[in-house]
Amino acid sequence: MAVFSHRNPLLLLAGSTALALSRLTAAEPVNFSREVLPVLSDRCFYCHGPDEKHRKADLRLDDESAAKAVGKNGAAIVPGSPEKSLIVQRMLSKDPDELMPPPEAHKDLTPAQIATLQRWIAEGAPWGKHWAFTPLVRPAVKEPGNPVDALVGATLKRDGLDFSPSADPSTLLRRASLTLTGLPPATEEMAVWLADTSPAAWEKQVDRLLASRAYGERMAWDWMEASRYADSNGYQGDSERTMWPWRDWVVKAFNRNMPWNDFTIWQLAGDLLPNATDEQKLATAFLRNHPINGEGGRIPEENRVDYVFDMTETTGTVWLGLTLNCCRCHDHKFDPLTNRDYYSLTAFFNQTPLTGQSRDGQLPPVLRIPPADEAQRLAELEKSLTEKRQSLETERKAAEARRPAWEQKLLTDAGTTKPDGQPGPDASSAEILRIAPEQRTDKQRKTLTTAWEATEPALATLSKEVGELEKRQKGMGKDGPKVMIMQDRSDVRKTFMLYHGLYNKPGEEVPTALPGFLATLPAEAPRNRLGLAQWIVSKENPLTARVTVNRFWQMLFGTGLVKSSEDFGVQSEFPVHPALLDWLAAEFRESGWNVKQLLRTILTSRTWKQSSRVTPALLERDPFNKLLARGPRFRMPSSMIRDQALAASGLLKPMDGGGPVNPYQPDGIWEETTFGNKKYSRSKGDDLHRRSLYTFWRRIVGPTMFFDTGSRLVCSVKPLRTNTPLHALATTNDITFVEAARALALATADKKEAGARVNAMFERVLGRSATAEQVAVLLSGMERHRQRFAASPDRAVKFLGEGTVVPAEPERTPELAAWTMTALTILNMDETLNLE
Amino acid sequence: MHPIDQARLHLTRREFFGRTATGIGTAALAHLLSRDGLQAAATPAVSGFPGFAPKAKRVIYLFMNGGPTHVDIFDWKPKLKEMHGQPVPDSAISGKRFSTMTGAAGGKLMLAPVEPFKQHGASGATVSALMPYTAAISDELCFIKSMHTDAVNHAPAISFLLSGGQLPGRPSLGAWLSYGLGSEAENLPAFAVMTSVSKGTSCGQIFYDFYWGSGFLPSRHQGVKFRGSRDPVLYLNDPAGVEREMKRDMLDDLAKLNTQKLNDFGDPEIAARIAQYEMSFRMQTSVPELADFSNEPASVLESYGPDVREPGTFAYNCLMARRLIERGSRCVQLMHAGWDQHNSITTELYTQCKDTDRASAALVMDLKQRGLLDDTLVIWGGEFGRTPFIQGNIKERPKWGRDHHPYAFTVWMAGGGVKPGLTYGASDDLGMDAVVDKVHVHDFQATLMHLLGIDHKRLTYRFQGRDFRLTDVFGEVVKGVIA
Repeated sequence: MAVFSHRNPLLLLAGSTALALSRLTAAEPVNFSREVLPVLSDRCFYCHGPDEKHRKADLRLDDESAAKAVGKNGAAIVPGSPEKSLIVQRMLSKDPDELMPPPEAHKDLTPAQIATLQRWIAEGAPWGKHWAFTPLVRPAVKEPGNPVDALVGATLKRDGLDFSPSADPSTLLRRASLTLTGLPPATEEMAVWLADTSPAAWEKQVDRLLASRAYGERMAWDWMEASRYADSNGYQGDSERTMWPWRDWVVKAFNRNMPWNDFTIWQLAGDLLPNATDEQKLATAFLRNHPINGEGGRIPEENRVDYVFDMTETTGTVWLGLTLNCCRCHDHKFDPLTNRDYYSLTAFFNQTPLTGQSRDGQLPPVLRIPPADEAQRLAELEKSLTEKRQSLETERKAAEARRPAWEQKLLTDAGTTKPDGQPGPDASSAEILRIAPEQRTDKQRKTLTTAWEATEPALATLSKEVGELEKRQKGMGKDGPKVMIMQDRSDVRKTFMLYHGLYNKPGEEVPTALPGFLATLPAEAPRNRLGLAQWIVSKENPLTARVTVNRFWQMLFGTGLVKSSEDFGVQSEFPVHPALLDWLAAEFRESGWNVKQLLRTILTSRTWKQSSRVTPALLERDPFNKLLARGPRFRMPSSMIRDQALAASGLLKPMDGGGPVNPYQPDGIWEETTFGNKKYSRSKGDDLHRRSLYTFWRRIVGPTMFFDTGSRLVCSVKPLRTNTPLHALATTNDITFVEAARALALATADKKEAGARVNAMFERVLGRSATAEQVAVLLSGMERHRQRFAASPDRAVKFLGEGTVVPAEPERTPELAAWTMTALTILNMDETLNLE
Repeated sequence: MHPIDQARLHLTRREFFGRTATGIGTAALAHLLSRDGLQAAATPAVSGFPGFAPKAKRVIYLFMNGGPTHVDIFDWKPKLKEMHGQPVPDSAISGKRFSTMTGAAGGKLMLAPVEPFKQHGASGATVSALMPYTAAISDELCFIKSMHTDAVNHAPAISFLLSGGQLPGRPSLGAWLSYGLGSEAENLPAFAVMTSVSKGTSCGQIFYDFYWGSGFLPSRHQGVKFRGSRDPVLYLNDPAGVEREMKRDMLDDLAKLNTQKLNDFGDPEIAARIAQYEMSFRMQTSVPELADFSNEPASVLESYGPDVREPGTFAYNCLMARRLIERGSRCVQLMHAGWDQHNSITTELYTQCKDTDRASAALVMDLKQRGLLDDTLVIWGGEFGRTPFIQGNIKERPKWGRDHHPYAFTVWMAGGGVKPGLTYGASDDLGMDAVVDKVHVHDFQATLMHLLGIDHKRLTYRFQGRDFRLTDVFGEVVKGVIA
């Protein structure tokens, strides 16, 4: 650990503290929301915060009047007098029994934090609200140009920094393509961009990417993680479900740039819109993506309550950036959110008539999605039925003329007996004939007609055909997946507070209401999910726009402007660029919630286009790139790494939505986890090479070709980005990558010169040629591989024979095997795995 | 990882690549990174942990999925035999929730233990004839007979025991240990998991990966599950036809290319990636070596029983566990499913005991003979116990069963600073409620952490604005079991 001894303790403060400190000048008053509230919240609220039941010494510091109230020993906070303020006295106490926070709580304050509090009190202790809960106001930007750059530039200037130069053109297009479409640029697209000298060349590229079909698929991946989408229920049994029509709807909604407010309202309450269309109802499947527990011994109501909690908490995280789950049991320890608020919010979701007593993956309410050609098939069927009925009618009329003769003959024959003494064949019909026509029952008439028709072959055939068509008509309208959707009961289900979240420990009844500290529903608003959804995207809600643009920023830069993209509460880190966040949020809302326009604004900024190359000095100063003095560089999501390999090698097969596919996965994964109940049946042909979005997601054991994905058990909005040896094993040994490497080698085989072939591979994967050094390393490696394979050609045959895209045996040469190794090396380069 | 630790890693790596630029080779770089603990599988402890001298340095948790029937195996209740066939007293069940399979417990008939108990060893521990090998080593064991939990169904109860929360999403014990204490393993994961299922069981329990998840801790702390068949680790084998030298060549080239990139771009994550690729190469050798028992003495293999040679069995996993901790793993979690005897107390329970008894005892003694037991904590136990009354028809002996029972159950521990030959706490005369020296799940977790030198209140992680810990906001160390 010798290296650690050299460290400069000050450098260890890197991160928000150091950055915040750098901006503290004597002239600038202490900012309550940025500098005081986080300290009080983190160090004091646990015992002196909103949670009444847990509050110590009857002191609360989250409320201005309570904190400044004068008790028998004085006031905790005396504006203007830090020395008289009890909290300062206790924070500075030498007596361990007096010292606050108590040493055993391990929440010690730093001298800098105490100094800030003292200065704030000296300045009069002006109170405020947590920044994220304050109304959203668009900050004024006077500078011309892209406002993103004006705002980031101002912060950089204050910190004595400047923008990095722009990234190389090829790096830039690769970055934009992967970010917006999840796929690398095709070599022709790169060529067009590099040759385009027009002033709006970059804007053209961004618009092209936003207009591509792949854009919706890329955007949908993150939404699947947020919505805990899966193709099975989870838990014991893990039955399949068919929610994929909703997944396809999400892709289309992104592609047609559906305004975010509609996107929100449809998914939370599409069924409650006036004259709701099937599409609007389908959108509500978002809420029904929760796991379904079919474990024996579970109480149905307990399951149902779990589903309601899940819907509530998912909505809270995705749109409000609030972690509601703490409030199942108690008032929030830090945020002004009460136990009662939580249950009032669950009331919106508590009205769906679903049962907890089922493991059915198509648990009602459901919406059947008819096959695309169903309407056409039905129309065709009806047409033939009409024609057939007409023919039958015509034939019947012709035959009717022969009926009296038949009846007469029947009556005559019925008098005879067969040689064996049994009654004649039509004895029963004859008996009916003897009854007066007006006295015959319907059944008798039918028997008679059937008997007569049997003697008229043409009539019989037509009659049978009509019958069959009618049967088919009846059977139609049942095919197609059933998607679980939302619907409210006609009567209102009462909602109660549940002690510790237990379904069988109801307390007080609660109204259907928004969290009190944020807002109350307007009097005219419906008290249901529609009212909630409309409020979520209203101007009165300060959170949704901020939370949403922050997630998009996270997608573009790897980290959000607010790092905790799942939590905008009091405990979240104060953003380094608060004005930028608010400008983007206001712009987004005022643009009509235009997602593509927001992305376009950021992608055309100087800020985003910066090179991600970092100098040691800048790295030391700002290891996490909070200040944004350089461009983004981060490891891509594993699904994107797979898609990139498939696209660059030419294996990727487009898919227009539809049921999920099963690409390469090692044998036995499902079987081992489910004791053999679920068998993985590998897809065939093109379905092995679809985009990752379409891979079947078994909830209890996710697809193994991905890593660092959301669990799909609960809502996940923040990407995981770990760096472990297991990832290296996957990307060097998995057949997915080995096959892609082979395809890449084959696709570049037309380059006869070795260096040109390396360059061709680089262009397909990285959008640029290799450097001379890289060519040298790879060619010397290729030569060593070639020699080894030449020494045992059977190895080349084996290596090139795995998978489905396999050359004929004579073509499995040591040469091709060596080039495949080279391609696999390129697919594993750090640059390949990163957005840079 | 705490942002400051993250920063420390970044800064330190930067110093490294400053040097590599001047010519230290890639292999040397990887070695340095490895030795200084700047990579996933060999990581440093959180500063300040262990906080005091630990009694145990590592843990092997033999987790018995399904809820072993305490009254049939370890918790001897002569009164149950007396009351066999009589209705359960109302006083014993009032206010208690049972699983829906039992529903209202009123009127259910008491069921005697199916096999006789005897006292064993100098300590006089009571163990049923179902567990002869465990009985024979009972002087090494510390039984806690007063365990109780909050959850009545499997997944929530297992999650509660292993992560402190009933719902998925919190870090498991092993992840906390990997995070807090770091790893000593050079070539293997700090936290490894293996699962097995009792032969011929009718139970359909699933091993959810959140049982060894890292929750909100960085995911490199999650347990690495070694599979019971084929590759113990996914994608461990090189592609068909590729020999080791070719892979080595490829990784050397890759390291050269990535080092060029590191020098050009300065992103310290590149150095970490180089190290991880090197580690992946080492694991390709170390994992098969781990699973190669050919050098184990015949007497050792014999002690674990014949199943030890069959991958995927509990006995095989027990020996793997010993080999893992010998190679530096911090926590090995074996999970064995099948203990869910709703209608199989007289049938499958026997197989279940047979599958686990011998190997569990052999593991303890094997560790002892190697001098590893002193600082290795072995734990045997499930998520809850089973009802002292019957599930099923008392006239139909082959179908006797017992339902889930959270109010009293038994676990045992060995080595790692616990008192050997001790029976701690007790349930009431019926085995219904823990009554003497009650040990709640959070107390149990606090005690495990304490044995490993961790104050359970201090090892916390900030997530969504709150400092989380294994024991939630509860838990008292059970001093009485500590040697």
